[in-house]
Amino acid sequence: MTIKITSENFQKEVMESPIPVILDFWAEWCRPCQMLGPIIEDISNELAGKVKVGKVNVDEEGLLANQYRISSIPTVMAFKQGKPTAQVIGLLRKEDLLKRLGL
Amino acid sequence: MYDVLVVGGGPAGISAAVYLQRFKLKVIVIAKDYGALGQTTHIENYYGFEAPITGKQLVESGFAQARRLGVEVNVGEEVLAINGSEPFIVKTNIKEYHAKVVLLATGMSRPSLRVKGFTTLQGKGISFCGICDGFLYRNKRIGLVGSGDFMLEELDVLKNFSKNITIFTHGEPLKVDVKEFAVITEPIIELLGPETLTGLKTSNHQYELDALFIAAGTPSASDFAMRMGAFVNPKNEIEVSPTFSTNIPGLYAAGDCTGGLLQISKAVRDGAEASLAINKYLKTKTS
Ligand SMILES: Cc1cc2nc3c(=O)[nH]c(=O)nc-3n(C[C@H](O)[C@H](O)[C@H](O)COP(=O)(O)OP(=O)(O)OC[C@H]3O[C@@H](n4cnc5c(N)ncnc54)[C@H](O)[C@@H]3O)c2cc1C
Repeated sequence: MTIKITSENFQKEVMESPIPVILDFWAEWCRPCQMLGPIIEDISNELAGKVKVGKVNVDEEGLLANQYRISSIPTVMAFKQGKPTAQVIGLLRKEDLLKRLGL
Repeated sequence: MYDVLVVGGGPAGISAAVYLQRFKLKVIVIAKDYGALGQTTHIENYYGFEAPITGKQLVESGFAQARRLGVEVNVGEEVLAINGSEPFIVKTNIKEYHAKVVLLATGMSRPSLRVKGFTTLQGKGISFCGICDGFLYRNKRIGLVGSGDFMLEELDVLKNFSKNITIFTHGEPLKVDVKEFAVITEPIIELLGPETLTGLKTSNHQYELDALFIAAGTPSASDFAMRMGAFVNPKNEIEVSPTFSTNIPGLYAAGDCTGGLLQISKAVRDGAEASLAINKYLKTKTS
């Protein structure tokens, strides 16, 4: 299961998370994002308990998107102890994505 | 409605079309020009030709062969966008087509801008896809690189997001009519960063920008694939299964645009193999 991340729950769910977090920055109108959706869902199930997986809708959460300088979507970021550790742009296969996220 | 629309009239596209026609499918090939083979005058490693042949000869006899078998082959027409799915709506510089299957056989794509800063700023303000990223630059300063129909197509998308767009033809003459927007024809010399794109330098001036979209030349298979949500690898090759299907139902790719051995023999083989899979796909869809 993925969690919807907003500027309200960002601090708690991402910054204070005891386990690593993956964030998928996406939007409704972006076709590559739609293709990435099921892959992200898959990862969240596969790594349940080990990694938290969140989705940030860039239309609704412009502030978060700006803060992390998201300039192309889909962008997937990994966080450890609240710090960004990797950023991957574009649609990738699950294995490639996990490898480039360092997971 | 076509059963199959093939983008590209090189060895991969024509070979596929010839087989598809034999399966009694309604096929059209759209080819902008002579592709990679237009650049060579000396082929002597392809099966069955005793004396060297020119690329042009080989391509022309491919067109003629397909036409003799009943394939529609439109040479000189350029595919600009592929929208929808099952059926796909294929937009060219001339008209729109509907097709149940699209086969991408556009050959190798070239890196579109060889200037300082291009590689390091990709995804940091440089984008290849207006429909994917335009929204992120609402009312921001957008640069658009290109000089032909592909640029115009991207402009159409981007102007929904911002009125502040400057077109850079990067030394090319402007081939289409552009109103409302500034057009700079000087070559681009450097893209400015370092963290994210802040602007660019031409031979005479410096321009401040928040984003630069690239739509130079003709769209290639990877441009289409990216917009449609198909997997493209870092070398800009389309990722296909052993039967040349992509992750999008009904979208196939063959030949140089899928990587591997960049030779005629491999492109011909890809086209043949893809045609078998496409035929099977269309059969299972109608039964
Ligand atoms: C200089 C040179 C020499 C070579 N010599 C040899 C050789 O001796 N032997 C050998 O086996 N191979 C050789 N090759 C490689 C060979 O040309 C390619 O492997 C082969 O042509 C690939 O076939 P293809 O059908 O995938 O792509 P291409 O032959 O490149 O065909 C691509 C087709 O797509 C069309 N197209 C692209 N974009 C669009 C669009 N948006 N809309 C409409 N149409 C579009 C093009 O006009 C063209 O018809 C050579 C290549 C070069 C560049």
